[in-house]
Amino acid sequence: MERITIDPVTRLEGHGKIEIFLDPDGEVANAYFQIPELRGFERFCVGRPVEEMPTLTNRICGVCPEAHHMASAKAADAVYNVDPPRTAKLLRELLYSAFYVTDHTTHFYALGGPDFVVGPDAPAAERNILGVLAKVGMEVGGQVIQARKNGHNVIEMIGGRKIHPATAVPGGMTHGITEEQRAEIEKIGRWSIDFAQFSLGIFDQIVLANDAYKDMVLSDGYTQRTYYMGLIDPNGKVNFYDGRVGIMSPEGTRVGTYAPAEYRDWIAEHVEPWTYLKFPYLKKVGWQGFVDGVDSGVYAATPLSRLNAADGMATPLAQAAYERFYATLAPRPEAGGKRIVHHQLATHWARLVELLYAAERMVELATDPEITSPHVRTVPTETPNEGVGVVEAPRGTLTHHYKTDERGLLTAVNLIVGTTNNYAPMSMSIKKAAESLIHKGTVVHQGLLNRVEMAFRLYDPCFGCATHSLPGEMPLQVAIRDSEGRVIEVLSQNC
Amino acid sequence: MSPSAKPKLAIFGAASCGGCDVAIVNIHEHIVDVANAFDIVLWPTVMDGKYSDIEALADGEIAVTLVSGSMRTDETIHLARLLRRKSQFMVSFGSCAGEGCIPGLANLSSRQEILDTAFSTPSTDNPEGLRPSWEFGAAEGVLHLPEFEPLLRTLDQVVDVDYTIPGCPPESGQIWAALEAVVKALNGTGPLPPKGSVLGAGESTVCDECGRKRDVKKIGRFVRIQQVAEIDPELCLLEQGLPCNGPATRSGCGALCPAASAPCIGCYGAAPGVIDYGARLMSAFASVVDATEPAEIDRVLDGIADPVGQFYRFSLAGSLLRSGRSAWQSDGE
Amino acid sequence: MSVQTAIASETTGTVSQATTFEPVIIGFTCNWCSYRAADLAGTARTKYPPNVRLIRLMCSGRLDPTFVLKAFAEGADAVLLTGCHPGECHYIEQNYKALRRYRLLRRTLEGMGIEPARIQLVWASAAEGVRLAGEIARVTEEVRALGPLNWPKDLLAEVDGVDLEAAWAATGGDSGDPPPESDANPDAASEATR
Repeated sequence: MERITIDPVTRLEGHGKIEIFLDPDGEVANAYFQIPELRGFERFCVGRPVEEMPTLTNRICGVCPEAHHMASAKAADAVYNVDPPRTAKLLRELLYSAFYVTDHTTHFYALGGPDFVVGPDAPAAERNILGVLAKVGMEVGGQVIQARKNGHNVIEMIGGRKIHPATAVPGGMTHGITEEQRAEIEKIGRWSIDFAQFSLGIFDQIVLANDAYKDMVLSDGYTQRTYYMGLIDPNGKVNFYDGRVGIMSPEGTRVGTYAPAEYRDWIAEHVEPWTYLKFPYLKKVGWQGFVDGVDSGVYAATPLSRLNAADGMATPLAQAAYERFYATLAPRPEAGGKRIVHHQLATHWARLVELLYAAERMVELATDPEITSPHVRTVPTETPNEGVGVVEAPRGTLTHHYKTDERGLLTAVNLIVGTTNNYAPMSMSIKKAAESLIHKGTVVHQGLLNRVEMAFRLYDPCFGCATHSLPGEMPLQVAIRDSEGRVIEVLSQNC
Repeated sequence: MSPSAKPKLAIFGAASCGGCDVAIVNIHEHIVDVANAFDIVLWPTVMDGKYSDIEALADGEIAVTLVSGSMRTDETIHLARLLRRKSQFMVSFGSCAGEGCIPGLANLSSRQEILDTAFSTPSTDNPEGLRPSWEFGAAEGVLHLPEFEPLLRTLDQVVDVDYTIPGCPPESGQIWAALEAVVKALNGTGPLPPKGSVLGAGESTVCDECGRKRDVKKIGRFVRIQQVAEIDPELCLLEQGLPCNGPATRSGCGALCPAASAPCIGCYGAAPGVIDYGARLMSAFASVVDATEPAEIDRVLDGIADPVGQFYRFSLAGSLLRSGRSAWQSDGE
Repeated sequence: MSVQTAIASETTGTVSQATTFEPVIIGFTCNWCSYRAADLAGTARTKYPPNVRLIRLMCSGRLDPTFVLKAFAEGADAVLLTGCHPGECHYIEQNYKALRRYRLLRRTLEGMGIEPARIQLVWASAAEGVRLAGEIARVTEEVRALGPLNWPKDLLAEVDGVDLEAAWAATGGDSGDPPPESDANPDAASEATR
């Protein structure tokens, strides 16, 4: 069987390894997307005290430690069956909202945005934050830096440090905020609302106003009809910090919702021996392989998924953006009655809708009368046992499940993290991209890399979380070999 | 390379969480200064640069390489060695590279135990008990995975390291201070630090930077933070019975965590002159425990729920023993 | 295996597996009491096993846990701490610190897979030569029964043709000596930090 090896020339973690096999007609027979690393948090956290888990699990990912910190704290609360005071929950969600502003900003401007702002066919050297700034102006660059600075300052005020926060513990927080800090956070929230609106405007001008891009967003190559997962509040609106996990079918029917403790009734992880990462799927539908559709248990958990899984946004400006989003991309509802967007590239737009919600939510929380109360902790009285904590990481639903002994030392840890949820859909997107570009053994060169990159970059993959291994940008190198294994062409980017 | 060309800089994360890269990006506007001072040939998180170009460089052509993350697989070791050959100065950046960091706690288990745990969690559907295969025969051909090493190693256990910047991650202000000093040293307007120096950190312990009031160090009990109803915002945390790692940890972070009423967990690594972090901390805690009878001593020490984690949370891989016994005793591979 | 049994099997000529292992035990003694007790045992020609290698400290309180860890890392099968009886420390209270460090070390090392019996503490006054000899014999047999520890330096000596031991040595290695001066940096003074 003919083989196109997308193989790093240097053996190097951080690469996605992609192996494409061709059938005798030169069409794609199969594509394997391998994740090359593991660190073993589920093992080495055993024996650790549960109150340390929020700071230990931070180190799964330095881009989204806040997500692990919060999921972990909630799991630790559940282990003790302790309910933190309202102020503690407000503070946790406030930190979390500021984190979302920072994180989504970074992805849109530095990672995902270049696909559109500069264009998918632009040279690789321009498809980065500098290319974006050249297109939209240096003043925007200053705003992006300011948005990140603001976000990390808020995180430090509430969480103690800018990266790897330290203050969430079982039962609440180690400290509260002063009125001075609160006022500063409110100011930052209001600034962030303007910044989010501005960012949505950029998307309008540069993507939606451009027919070629619009066509690309709507094209079949980037359309996948999977199930969608996301946390929803009691009103069915998107919430990043708390709620029940909602599952929406590709046909617009809400299949159900589950409380964190019930996660194992709903999801399981399929194993393949050629990768360190596992493939979650919906148990009620079952694992049917790397296929989409209503009969396959494959699901996605991304900003797009969250919007699809929910009935709307909980804040007014974001709700307006949400309605416009669906009016533009899903003019008609699906059979089940809900409008669903299956065009995966629209995730970039969905991310900006979430950015706006996060900013509005910051202001809501920062102006809550109880936010500066010093009562930020409840001392647990019950014997620690077992608990599950779930939040929405920017990259998907994050589940921490802990079992402890009677002293609160961990006896078992199970983690299903954001990007892991998307491993199957990502693999399918890559295969679809390969199929559309490789025919009769002929490879379309730059197009292949760009399309493959875009197919998984929209997921904002964080493999630091996924295998509890390593994160960030995906360097990708494609070595095209003939059937004798001789290299006939090398294409590369970011490496 | 012409004399006026900018010195080359490489930034690479091995088995890392990415926090060190984010910390570098968090020098904000100064990133422009860095881009102006250096020709950044490699930084996968943010910029383009080809690994094949790295191989094509002459030995020592990269002026400075910052390596974060630990040596977890054969690939990470391989690339660390490649970068070492091509670099004039190799900087161990962050706790993973410097001492193994929290993932170094994996060295308390064998490789088999780690893989078995990951591939048999309660939500894992794996009836055949499959494990990752370094070489797997798929229907269409052989697939390779990098080999998970039996022990996690620090950077200096694998290559010769010139400088160390500690922290998990290093604070961004400190990163900029260290980079500024490096720029000055390279263009001759500042001194070159002696090889083996620790950059971007202080010469004392976290206690020195901590603003809390120190009273009398006689610890009658250690407590778990969730059981403390009110944490005194001004008094030393250790004196309140919270196991705070300040006494053994290098200064430079500004004692941010104690300021937020969270005990120091030791992410800035060993204080100057310390060979084994855990040993130093054990010595410090034992010195201040207020008990003389063995039974009473044990009762106080029982308050430390997880001694190994407490004393070696960040530093196990870089410690004298480097691992727990299970890591090597039961590994039959 | 008790001392009596070990001697018995020697006299009957049977050589069991356990008698072929000679534990290496590092013994830290304090100058004022336990070292003098060991001396006394020597001058009185009291027999005790040669397995304990003595290192004299001025006080048991001088014992840095680093010494114990280094002993194990370098190949010791056990470590014995000795000092003055509580209340009799030449420096008043420092043996209490030694006691607390010992208790803490024991439980921490147990968490790392080192059996508690491999680190032991014996108080002995300068007059207690015979008793100290007996304690040393007891500890030796307890450790003999546990078997060798053999803590390894590394699991893989070589990766892809590079000698990791040499790379380790190049950074100063376990000796803590300053690393050799690098040719790339002739102006730098060599300072050792780990």
